[in-house]
Amino acid sequence: MVNRKHLFWIIALVLIVPVLVSCGQAAPAEEEAAYQIPDIEEGMFNVAFVYIGPHDDGGWSQSHDVGRQYVQDNVDGVHTAYVEIVAEGADSEQVIRSLARKGFDLIFTTSFGYMDPTETVAGEFPDIDFVHVSGYKANGTNFGNVMGAMEDMKYLAGMLAGSRAKLDGNPRIGYMATFPIPEELRLGNAFALGMKVTCPECTMDVRWINTWHDPVIEKEAAASLFDAGVQVVFTGADTPASADVAEEKGKWGITYDYYGSCKSDACLTAPYWNWGPIYADITERSMAGEYVGGWEYFDAETGGLGLYGFMEGEEPMPGVADLPAEDVQLVKDTLAAMLAGDFDRFDVFSGPITDNQGNEIIAAGKSFVQADLDQFPPGAEGLECEYCMYWWAEGVTAELPELE
Amino acid sequence: MDLIIILHAGVATGTVILFATLGELITERSGVMNLGVEGMMLLGAMAAFGIANSTGNAWLGLLVAMFAGGVLAILHGIVVIQFRADQVVSGLSLTFLGTGVSLVLGEGLSDAGGVALLPAFDIPLLSAIPVIGPIMFANQSILTYLSYLLVPMIWYYINRTRPGLHLRAVGEYPAAADALGINVFRQRYLYVFIGGMLCGLAGAALSLAISPGWFSDKTTAGLGWIAIGLVIFAQWNPIRAALGSFLFGALRRLILDIQGPMVLFGVLRNPFFYDPYLGFFLQMLPYAFTIIVLVIGSREAMRKRLGAPAALGIPYVRGERGA
Repeated sequence: MVNRKHLFWIIALVLIVPVLVSCGQAAPAEEEAAYQIPDIEEGMFNVAFVYIGPHDDGGWSQSHDVGRQYVQDNVDGVHTAYVEIVAEGADSEQVIRSLARKGFDLIFTTSFGYMDPTETVAGEFPDIDFVHVSGYKANGTNFGNVMGAMEDMKYLAGMLAGSRAKLDGNPRIGYMATFPIPEELRLGNAFALGMKVTCPECTMDVRWINTWHDPVIEKEAAASLFDAGVQVVFTGADTPASADVAEEKGKWGITYDYYGSCKSDACLTAPYWNWGPIYADITERSMAGEYVGGWEYFDAETGGLGLYGFMEGEEPMPGVADLPAEDVQLVKDTLAAMLAGDFDRFDVFSGPITDNQGNEIIAAGKSFVQADLDQFPPGAEGLECEYCMYWWAEGVTAELPELE
Repeated sequence: MDLIIILHAGVATGTVILFATLGELITERSGVMNLGVEGMMLLGAMAAFGIANSTGNAWLGLLVAMFAGGVLAILHGIVVIQFRADQVVSGLSLTFLGTGVSLVLGEGLSDAGGVALLPAFDIPLLSAIPVIGPIMFANQSILTYLSYLLVPMIWYYINRTRPGLHLRAVGEYPAAADALGINVFRQRYLYVFIGGMLCGLAGAALSLAISPGWFSDKTTAGLGWIAIGLVIFAQWNPIRAALGSFLFGALRRLILDIQGPMVLFGVLRNPFFYDPYLGFFLQMLPYAFTIIVLVIGSREAMRKRLGAPAALGIPYVRGERGA
């Protein structure tokens, strides 16, 4: 017989471990021993990166690792290293502190939940620069944040999807959304606004999957959307499930995060992160002692964002080749304007915009400001938003509950 | 929202859970608990995908995955059968070991494209049966069809054959089995190995058929833990394990499909369409269900009634009185 003590542990494990696994932590019992803290190289400027997933996850973390390699190859006198699969919260604080103690000169932390731990450790090591990706805190000296306007690329991807759906005679798009947060509404709405440019009659279904990276759920969500009758599925999560399932169903998918995710012939494009130039720039500033920890949010002209198949050295995917030439040209022209710095996130979110209830969100001639892009109403104290990001654009078949 | 589509998807995903559940079930019937299901599945998924990628032969990948899962399980066997260590601790360690080994050996595999996969097809005639046909026999993976054969075979083996009787004997009363001349150690090693092979097969079913690809430690996404809970829900019975697995698979798909329609059954305002936050509640259900099953299954009287193998988790020592 299994005694009661054992059963207690079994129950505890079955309860706890899936939660930990889904949070991206490899092992609850391993603690710090699980994290191999890399060594610095004497005489070099040492840069460390902390990843939420494995460096080769095919998505978010891999896009950061490509950026790390870019820094290694393109900035002289730099040594880079990374720690992967670091759980958010207390574990990450230990890892960041250990990296600082080891003597790294600059530390990038690349998941939202690393924000407060990074801030804490930054306070303890004023001579080291800390850069947090995807958060909103900074201390004005050695701790700052950086993020990019992926809405630019989602807007262009929306144009392609709309064009494809219209050409195929089935004007329906599907959005596999991760969590109901401002970022996912912003990216979904940017996509819907792009979709309406090339396909005014298009509509968009939504499935909430409540995960950033789960191959099985993502595949089922894509299948759920295709079975409901949509023609193109795009995703806010990590895996290429949208394109893989599209291939099975004879439809189209749009992947995300990492340029290598757009492999299948059924993949139209992938809005992706190109962290290399961003990280190289910050590294050079930090080396020169000029980094000031602030709030950085880059648009496409920095080279930090990509639209797979349309950037230099990339070939358009097969599903784009037979689209109406004027639609493809519009995407190319808008992208060129973005890369030239003439078209940014505030141009994507400029009036007139109508929501899917028929209400005018913003009038013609006006445009959103940053506080509107990343907050639910009413916004943070002192940073109140006028328009805010709690609405679905016209054409989206989804609802949001009343805010209390 | 179409119930047939949901159940069809449930059978597909359920296939993965089913193989793992059957593996754990056979292992537990011999009196050994192996909580390393997740680790064996991951290793199987990695091995299958890696071999299929490098050789272009998915079937070879499947075989290697089963062997890899079995070998990993044997490590657990040596620790708990030979050295009589705590089965819970060893099984848990196996999860970490399997995860770690898979991550190291699977380096770079996430970039692989165009990997040979296992086929999915319709079964002629059977797919024409109303309701059952489109759910079970249309466009399912060849591994799903294999699982339809495997379940009754395992049930028959355990309950109606002589080797199956030996399997049950070492799980219920190893001392008596030993007195009858059954080699308890060899039996337990055998079924630990077979259980590991089935978990490896579950991993291969994931990476080569049900959700193809290698996504490092996210590949299995906790399905192995659900399998452990399902063994109790199934009362160590393969047929109930199949029902439970397919049901769990369907539940996962229902969570997504129910977000689609504005109106349910033609009249009800669908709360899951109007409030995305309700999705969290739905996603909790499979785990809540696992908890309830485990809590019920942990009461000794209830466990007896459920039919847990009497010697489950107890190392066998020759010459001592068995439990």
